[in-house]
Formats: sequence, structure tokens, C-alpha cells
Amino acid sequence: MNTNPGIIGRKLGMTQLVAADGTVTPCTVIEARAIVVAKRTQEKDGYDALVLGLGDVSEKHVNRPVGGLFKKNQVTPKRHLRELRCSAEYAAKFELGQELALDELFEVGQFVDVQATSKGRGFTGVMRRHNFKGAVRSHGAHEYKRHGGSIGSNMTPGRVFKGKRMAGQSGNETVSVLNQKVAGVIAEDGLILVRGGTPGARGAIVTVRGAVKKKNGGRVASA
Amino acid sequence: MSTPVLSKIEALEAKNLRTDLPEFRVGDTVAVHYQIVEGDKLRVQVFKGIVIKRHRAGARSTFTVRKVSFNVGVERTFMLHTPRVQKIEVISEGVVRRARLFYLRELRGKAARVRDVKDRNR
Repeated sequence: MNTNPGIIGRKLGMTQLVAADGTVTPCTVIEARAIVVAKRTQEKDGYDALVLGLGDVSEKHVNRPVGGLFKKNQVTPKRHLRELRCSAEYAAKFELGQELALDELFEVGQFVDVQATSKGRGFTGVMRRHNFKGAVRSHGAHEYKRHGGSIGSNMTPGRVFKGKRMAGQSGNETVSVLNQKVAGVIAEDGLILVRGGTPGARGAIVTVRGAVKKKNGGRVASA
Repeated sequence: MSTPVLSKIEALEAKNLRTDLPEFRVGDTVAVHYQIVEGDKLRVQVFKGIVIKRHRAGARSTFTVRKVSFNVGVERTFMLHTPRVQKIEVISEGVVRRARLFYLRELRGKAARVRDVKDRNR
């Protein structure tokens, strides 16, 4: 299990960090002021997880079952809820209603994975969706410039293979970007700076967790 | 939602902003004292030319300076608020009627000049 299940936050946008020697780092600013709304436990739910909440919402806008949860755990109602799987020992470190401290979760230089819903692009053609090259513009070509070409053979196999890349909905799907470096943590403002881009539009809800494909959850080795 | 979102990033960028630089405009002739790394040494290089573009974007602002060196046009884009810019000298102010002086690229010699503010009434 991931040793650092991370936190949820809101993507604010991108900026640049300028070091003292003039080196510029492009980075995404994520505001992560999440609190622990509830916990899942092995006995009751069959797995351990933290339920994090983000963004205040007035009581009248939450439905009864969720509102009851807020009331029972005595936390302020939150608009966005996410469950993050973790070990029971990890979950025990947090109390209900506690705000997750960013400087304890992440450190500068650490590798993290960022997950969010990508920008939706609607029903798009193969050139935009799968980076097909399209057809030649000249040599008498007409009405075929952005097509994908042939989609298969004739009698053998007599069908189109499953998974054939065609036009369709592009974007608006969950995208994870692995092994992004943390460029900065500003705990008092609840901001994480991640080097490079992250999926989703500004205002998108993102999950930032320790890198799953690095040792020690992506933490810097010396720490 | 959009206003507070922007201001948080601006607040983050604010500490990078420099206030020690002179105000200059498109068309001005400036000398940029720019720190460059040469091997393992730091050296200050002066790049003098006409400002043909200013990109005003808070801490991410840039400006482009054009000069003609040995008959070859050279343009460099500098970040305005980077510590590598040691000094910007405004040598002369120009009178121009547009925000981007890309037309200078097509012009050579005498035609590729910008009228100085001192000669405005001539």
C-alpha cells in the first residue's frame, strides 16, 4: 500500500519559480486545504481509508446521508469528498476534522503522482484524439484530409479489431501523471507547487500522493 | 471564483517582482546588463538595442530587444524580473505608434530607425 496516500486539492493555475541564480522552474500551484471528514475501517467497511473533504458548502446544499455524516463526525460540511486508501496505522495518525499539514506530507524535491479529470474536448476526430497524421493536403486529395485511413482488412478477418482507435469522446477522463517533482510547499497558505503541468483545468480537483513507482513514496532519499 | 484564484498566484509571484528597474516602453533604446554563465564563471554582458516588444504579465513579464550586429539582426527576449538582469539603462526614448515593432525586421539601415522623443516636433 502507498506509504503516502496524499491529499486532495484544487488546481489554481501555473506560474514560474525564479531561483536566486535566475533558473526558472515552471510549476502548477495546487491549493490543498483538506480535512479528514471520516475514516473507513477494516471492521466496518472491509478496508482502511481516509475520507478527505475540500471546500466549504452550506448545510442546505448537502443531501441527507452525507449531511448526517458531517453531523455525526462534527465537521463542517465540505463540497468535495475523496477516499484515499491507506494503512490502519496511517489513518490512526489523523483525527476527524483535522486539517492535513502539507509540510508533513510532502517535501521539496519529492516525487509525487498527480491525478485529476482532464479537460473535456468533446467528440473529436482521430487527429486530435490519437495524433493521427491525416492525409496529404495536395496531390488531388479531397474530402479526406483529416480522416484516419483504413480501419482493417477485407475477408480475413472480416471485422474491425477491438480497440481500433477512432473518433470519439476525448478528455474528461481520469488522468494520472506519475513522478512529478515537488517544487515547493507553502504550508501556511496551503499551497503545493508541482514542477510541470498537471491534468485538468484551473479549479479542477486533483489528488496528490507520494509516487507509487518510487521507493519510500517518492521521498528524498536522505530523509 | 476566478478573482481569488488569480490573486493567490499573484501573491506567490509578488516576492519575485523587482522594483529597482526603470520604466521603459516599446521603441526605447536600452542597454541590458545580463549575467551569463561562461564555463564556470559569471560574466555580465551588455545587450543594447531597441525594445520591440513588452509582454506584461506580472512576475512573468518579458521584453524583447532587437539590435543589428554585423548586418545580422539579433533579438533577445529577457525575463524582466529575473535576478540575471543586473541593470537596464534607458539610453533614449522612442516615439512609436504601435505596441509591437516587428516591422523593423523587414527594414534595413536608415529605414530601421525609431524617431527619438527629443526630435518629436521635427
